[in-house]
Amino acid sequence: MASLDSKTPQGALADKWTNYKNNIRLVNPANKRKIDVIIVGTGLAGGSAAATLAELGYNVKAFCYQDSPRRAHSIAAQGGINAAKNYQGDGDSVYRLFYDTIKGGDYRSREANVYRLAEVSANIIDQCVAQGVPFARDYGGLLDNRSFGGVLVSRTFYAKGQTGQQLLLGAYSAMNRQIAKGKITMYNRHEMLDVVLVNGKARGIIARNLITGEIERHSAHAVVIASGGYGNVFFLSTNAMGSNATAAWKIHKRGAYFANPCYTQIHPTCIPVHGDQQSKLTLMSESLRNDGRIWVPKKLEDAKAVREGKLKPTDIAEEDRDYYLERRYPSFGNLVPRDVASRAAKERCDAGFGIINNSTNEGVFLDFSSAIERYGKEQAHIQGVHNPSREKILQLGEEVVASKYGNLFDMYQQITDDNPYKTPMKIYPAVHYTMGGIWVDYNLMTTVPGLYAIGEANFSDHGANRLGASALMQGLADGYFVLPYTIGDYLADDIRTGPIPTNTPEFDAAEKHVTDRISQLINNNGKHSVDYFHKKLGHIMWNKVGMARNAQGLSEAIHEIAELREQFWKEVRVPGVPNEFNQELEKAGRVADFLELGELFARDALERNESCGGHFREEYRTEEGEARRDDEHFTYVAAWEYTGKPSEAILHKEDLKFDNVELKTRSYK
Amino acid sequence: MNLTLQIWRQKNADAKGAMETYKVENISPDSSFLEMLDILNDQLINEGKEPVAFDHDCREGICGMCSLQINGEPHGPGRAITTCQLHMRKFKDGDTIYIEPFRAKAFPVIKDLVVDRSAFDRIQHAGGYISVNTSGNTQDANAIPVEKEKADKAFDAATCIGCGACVAACKNASAMLFTSAKVSQFALLPQGRIEATERVLNMVKQMDLEGFGNCTNTGACEIECPKGISLENIARMNREYLKASVK
Amino acid sequence: MSGIIKSSIARKVSMALSALFLLIFLLQHFLINFSSVLSADMFNELSHFMGTNPLIQFVMQPILIFGVVFHFVMGFILEVRNKSARNVKYVKYNGNANSSWMSRNMIYSGIVILAFLGLHFYDFWFPEIAHKYVHALPEDPNRYFGELVVKFRDPVRVGLYCLAFVFLALHLLHGFSSAFQSVGFNNKYTPAVQKIGKAYAILIPLGFIFIALFHYFNSL
Repeated sequence: MASLDSKTPQGALADKWTNYKNNIRLVNPANKRKIDVIIVGTGLAGGSAAATLAELGYNVKAFCYQDSPRRAHSIAAQGGINAAKNYQGDGDSVYRLFYDTIKGGDYRSREANVYRLAEVSANIIDQCVAQGVPFARDYGGLLDNRSFGGVLVSRTFYAKGQTGQQLLLGAYSAMNRQIAKGKITMYNRHEMLDVVLVNGKARGIIARNLITGEIERHSAHAVVIASGGYGNVFFLSTNAMGSNATAAWKIHKRGAYFANPCYTQIHPTCIPVHGDQQSKLTLMSESLRNDGRIWVPKKLEDAKAVREGKLKPTDIAEEDRDYYLERRYPSFGNLVPRDVASRAAKERCDAGFGIINNSTNEGVFLDFSSAIERYGKEQAHIQGVHNPSREKILQLGEEVVASKYGNLFDMYQQITDDNPYKTPMKIYPAVHYTMGGIWVDYNLMTTVPGLYAIGEANFSDHGANRLGASALMQGLADGYFVLPYTIGDYLADDIRTGPIPTNTPEFDAAEKHVTDRISQLINNNGKHSVDYFHKKLGHIMWNKVGMARNAQGLSEAIHEIAELREQFWKEVRVPGVPNEFNQELEKAGRVADFLELGELFARDALERNESCGGHFREEYRTEEGEARRDDEHFTYVAAWEYTGKPSEAILHKEDLKFDNVELKTRSYK
Repeated sequence: MNLTLQIWRQKNADAKGAMETYKVENISPDSSFLEMLDILNDQLINEGKEPVAFDHDCREGICGMCSLQINGEPHGPGRAITTCQLHMRKFKDGDTIYIEPFRAKAFPVIKDLVVDRSAFDRIQHAGGYISVNTSGNTQDANAIPVEKEKADKAFDAATCIGCGACVAACKNASAMLFTSAKVSQFALLPQGRIEATERVLNMVKQMDLEGFGNCTNTGACEIECPKGISLENIARMNREYLKASVK
Repeated sequence: MSGIIKSSIARKVSMALSALFLLIFLLQHFLINFSSVLSADMFNELSHFMGTNPLIQFVMQPILIFGVVFHFVMGFILEVRNKSARNVKYVKYNGNANSSWMSRNMIYSGIVILAFLGLHFYDFWFPEIAHKYVHALPEDPNRYFGELVVKFRDPVRVGLYCLAFVFLALHLLHGFSSAFQSVGFNNKYTPAVQKIGKAYAILIPLGFIFIALFHYFNSL
């Protein structure tokens, strides 16, 4: 089968984007007024795209399921955003950010896209500062940076532990300006339930008004999906409760290929599961690994005693602690990339050293005592305190740590009732981000003409593993600086099309499809709630398609998910009626889609007989237990075409060519 | 823990609502408040009844979607947290907990505990932005140095999550803290000064149009704000407004 | 411009400005009254000046009356608007958790003060105006002290007087610093303003109460 065409422009890597921009067709301002664009999702990608397209003159219709675009889950991103500004003068450059991202992604991303991402990264910071985003600054009034996992420079811009919030509110403010001008029509509390294709092109969507339950038709000349990732297929994740894959999955069913679903990022530092009733997991920012040291007890009996509450972590002597990341990866230490850190935690817990008293004992310590002591001494020195007492050092050190991570420490204490200044945090990996997503070409267009996917919803830039602080960068790059160019090239053909009518057979059919499915859910009268099935799905996913996968488990998962799906449609109970505010109905539709996506996810993982990035197959590892890639057979993007049953999807491949970097075994030792 | 819940039930915006009593049992003190409501809802679904509608999303205190007036306070008895960060260990076995929607004329009830906070969005549309287009050739970020103290204050104001607790707590249902947070953020930054006059006039005008009450400086908003937004911002907005009015 | 006057902030600033004006008036009133404790002559002298100086009588007095009326009328307008901003009440409302009783009940302390002002006008201001402008009686610069002490012989009146000043204290405990906040004064001096406000709110009403009791007990 021929490789999928990524439509990457010709020329040298560093010139591709500039040449591309110079040669695309433009739409004149008068014609832009005649063109409508639908954007589904208002996170960093969707929000920034909506604002920018409206500024350009297009009529934007933006949809979000929340009550305001400001609530999209980008808001929860904590640590920061990368940009190749080299303000610190530590040797950073566009090339280096490109290289780090390619390497961090375990050589499974498209060179040209990643280079473009690195290239526009600096513009993002300029744009956000102009919008009034209050990034952290130093005493000279200039922007401050911190470092993140998997890189050797400080290129991460941040706003305390709330960078995502500040960036999203920046995009939201840009949207507000356009909403006030009438260039963006906002559809809050609306959920897209299908895409409408007319003559093979995306021309509209069917959406449900979540307040009235009304099914609405909306038409446009192009449709952009910016609905985020599908981490909630695991039930427990750091995603928001409402985060869902419905928009992405619906377009997949209408012809958009779904790429690399198995690439899922399990974030190493989350608050561990406490019990069966838990609804979600909370992330502790990666920035904590700048100062926190991860360890488990060296002795099995100590680990057991900690679990049973008989031994306090602070009572374990230094020589009885195993700082396993520092031991295994001396050069990067606690700042190894996320996938490496997560697997290392699992390895220790599987070996019996876990320190949490729950059914799986899965947890490790993240300890700030060395940092508190180091900062305390430094502060004492700065303040001219001679021979400071230990209490004084700790007090000064805690103040420094509080100024850096105060809100995260408070958040931790709220949830766990433990004081992380005095006792190490307990953490464990949790599902956080999905690198896989809708397949898009260099233009960010899916395999359906006029249908685009941006941000976490697409698969494009992170390969098999995403580096910290790169999600915000990609979302904003797509929305502010890439899509506004690429979509114009497509829409140049539509200046004479005129408004797209919604009273056509295509819209009739799509709407009927949606209403039929809703009636089926409502009239099912089964015996289990939606959550019952979602939790079961999550269980299968976590145990068999989670951090470590093998062929047998994956085959079982495919069958189990298919069975669960069948059971769902027989036994689910959705109370209430369709034409009113009905949160159970919303959930039911989303879980129904996860029950299909999960199966494709497992299939993709089964097909990929190698370990790379977030995808770890137990059969493919080195003698030291590290991931073993198979570049000869798997240097491709797996793009799946829907055929009616997820496990029978057709695999299309986009071969990845690396002209500018040499494929190496990723080593952080 | 076993608890009695008094919950406001209202079928839709036009229906008349009332408090109803529910019992939940065996709640873990480590559960979050919303997980406790999840358990109640699961129970209701299994009994063939309609679950209680309530807003929530990120469940980590940042999206601002969750609300709820719990025992007479927005986001419950904790300080500097949202309802989703409230844990059951704050309550005692046998407690009766009152759960009501955020109340304000400008926040009509949609269903049960879900209210419509779009008034907040409209205040932002009126001026909660800096007019800058996306072009890719904006001046370099470090070309606009900002005094650290001001940058930090702007950040503190910018951390508002738009949950509406300030309105819910205020005896006058005033939205001054919310509006002043955005006005302050931009008033403190050189980028925002250019439109400061128009911004404060327009945002305050919209705030008044939405039907929020007047600020009488009770300070309840600051205490109940999950992000600890300071009353200083309201004073700053008053100054900005006076300055703008005499211009 | 009319739009600005109608705005919530303009209303609250005007409320604060009238309050600040009344605070200064109250201080002045207190000082003159207090002189009655020190010396009858000094009190007569000051009262005579205040009662006959044309600047005070025909410029300051109307401004004061306007200030008082404005403060009350605006107070009621704001109360009505604020009540209507929450059309459905909470079943359970725990205001004590986040705000002081004083701050939430300015309208009630204000109503008590208004009632007291009625009494006060009945006792002093109406007879004074009648004396000077209606009957146009000749001015006796030594009449004031006598008119004052005679009112403080009645224990019921003294009791009401004291009670009203307790409510004034409650009103001021919130009102003083609140007025500064309303005009946008919130900075590093704010803690000091709050302390001064507390002292003012307690000491001035206490002083008035002291004066009343002083004359009452002297009359026994």
